[in-house]
Amino acid sequence: MSGRVLVGVKRVIDYAVKIRVKPDNSGVVTDGVKHSMNPFCEIAVEEAVKLKEKKLIKEVVAVSCGPQQSQETIRTALAMGADRGIHVEVSGKDYEALGPLQVSKILAALAKKEEAQLVILGKQAIDDDCNQTGQMTAALLDWPQGTFASEVSLEGDKVKVVREIDGGLETIKINTPAVLTADLRLNTPRYATLPNIMKAKKKKVVNMKPADLGVDVATRLEVLRVDEPPQRQAGVKVETVEDLVGKLKETGRI
Amino acid sequence: MALRGGASRLNSLFTSRRFYKFTPRIGVRGLSENVTSKPAAASGPETAADHLIYTQEHFALKESLRKIIDQEINPHVDEWEAQGTFPAHRIFKLLGSAGFLGVNKPVEYGGMGLDFSYSVAVAEELGNVRCGGVPMAIGVQCDMATPALARFGSAELKDEFLLPTIMGDKVACLGVSEVGAGSDVSSIMTKAVRKGDEYVINGGKMWTTNGTQADWMCLLANTSDGPPHKNKSLICLPMNLPGVHVARKIDKLGMWSSDTAEVFFDDVRVPCENVIGQEGMGFTYQMLQFQEERLWAVANVLTTMDNIIQETIQYTRQRKIFKQPVLYHQAVHFRLAELQTEVELLRSLLYRATALYIKGNDVTKLASMAKLKAGRLARELSDSCLQYWGGMGFTSDVQVSRFYRDSRLLSIGAGADEVMLGIISKYMDMVPKK
Repeated sequence: MSGRVLVGVKRVIDYAVKIRVKPDNSGVVTDGVKHSMNPFCEIAVEEAVKLKEKKLIKEVVAVSCGPQQSQETIRTALAMGADRGIHVEVSGKDYEALGPLQVSKILAALAKKEEAQLVILGKQAIDDDCNQTGQMTAALLDWPQGTFASEVSLEGDKVKVVREIDGGLETIKINTPAVLTADLRLNTPRYATLPNIMKAKKKKVVNMKPADLGVDVATRLEVLRVDEPPQRQAGVKVETVEDLVGKLKETGRI
Repeated sequence: MALRGGASRLNSLFTSRRFYKFTPRIGVRGLSENVTSKPAAASGPETAADHLIYTQEHFALKESLRKIIDQEINPHVDEWEAQGTFPAHRIFKLLGSAGFLGVNKPVEYGGMGLDFSYSVAVAEELGNVRCGGVPMAIGVQCDMATPALARFGSAELKDEFLLPTIMGDKVACLGVSEVGAGSDVSSIMTKAVRKGDEYVINGGKMWTTNGTQADWMCLLANTSDGPPHKNKSLICLPMNLPGVHVARKIDKLGMWSSDTAEVFFDDVRVPCENVIGQEGMGFTYQMLQFQEERLWAVANVLTTMDNIIQETIQYTRQRKIFKQPVLYHQAVHFRLAELQTEVELLRSLLYRATALYIKGNDVTKLASMAKLKAGRLARELSDSCLQYWGGMGFTSDVQVSRFYRDSRLLSIGAGADEVMLGIISKYMDMVPKK
């Protein structure tokens, strides 16, 4: 086994920012807005680095698909302990239209090229909430998948994954190579220490285009319109239970 | 699970047992009501490419430190302010392990060996702590008690005191001011009399930040009889030596989370090797330490001032008087615009002084000017902003009243305004020669 883990990291609008819809309803405002690494991707990086520290795998490669600024996200992964980075450059209209299907094609191509033993991704990105990339990547590679992982343990050439599902926790054992997606409770991502931030400067980040991997990023989806959710209306106070039932009937709720 | 809209991603984060501990002001990632999508206090370019002194590494440093502040410090600030102290050993160990306490100190002793611009970046980011006390204590630990030791101390001394301080294992404090001598450093009375290969120390120190928790003190004492600028030495003093009495924790107007002590020395014996550098050079060394201390203090308060302005804008935008938001009254937003202008001017001065300093220049005049302006601007700003918070500003529930109290110290400590004016006047050659 190559002992190499590919980790996907996505640059998204920072979780603390107030989102604003563009005046032409074509999307959200991203210019000049603070961006950072998707929180679930941080958890994915942390898990990969932990595996390396336990000497269960040998190398962590951080991958990001996006414009020039995605390199900052890769650098953050390097500062957390990834060994090298791959920046698949996608910008302009292509980037605006980039979605899980194209990214999974890219990741699948890279996983094959790098002979990855594991591909670890965040379960979903906090901007589109798709929760698709991990699953699509596994399908394209015809690899097993362990999604919503809250615990991962490598056992020889298999991986035991405890998954967070609606009913509780499900434990599965799958063969490697495999795709895993990180859920919230998998780990607590480390702070990038200053020594590691400075070391990250020297780590290699390779630049490439989707075409270099034989991937066509043309989209098959068209975003028609983006709107803010309706403003929350004020509630109504009633005096008695009878009033409540009456009001509910009135508004057709029951 | 069908959860609604933007709340769903944050809800999943909220339900985690130990994920990001949100401070109240971050809250759920909601939608704005026709306000800018720029997050609070994003002044200056986001990209490293255009910044005057910061590179990508500086920004990465700030991001990482910000995480520590958001997760380990801010959630406890209210508690620490109420208690009148904070767990220095724990917090310094955390920061030390992440490499933030010895940013411009030598690599051989656990430091990062980076230039002072990185220390300034750390100081700036610490301005995001929700009080003044904790950053002040951190400042003492990383940039006030240690510069002379790092530059002039012997290898053994650095091993014993500098290394553990940078790693966060030992808490440091600075013993310069006394009950009878603050601004007039040369008139301190604490004496260290040589007896064989030891110094016997008698006297006391005042306003000692971290004093009740410190493992060692960088002490300025008279080590001989001679001219007052040439008879003092800096001594590394372990605080657990017999004769060291931490007399009391001082009850202050602000900076409540920082424990400030009055310390007495009663025939305290310390080996002669504990003198930093040359005997008699203490005063000069201490003066050198002050440049960095002053620039650090300026960097720290700038971020806090940005934050206070932003919080005031947010509050006055939703608070209505005479049927419209307070913010829409011209007097209010004009004043805030004025204050922000002054903050940017001070920031420019800070970066200019820092850029010159890291090239090896003496920036005493600029650093003193920056410190002078910072103290005065912080008072003006906190006063004006508090006014716009109205009755709420007068309560303990809001940040602005805490800032009002904490920031008052800036014109007094680390060199009073009047001392700064004296230094600037001297450098401008306006002071009569003796």
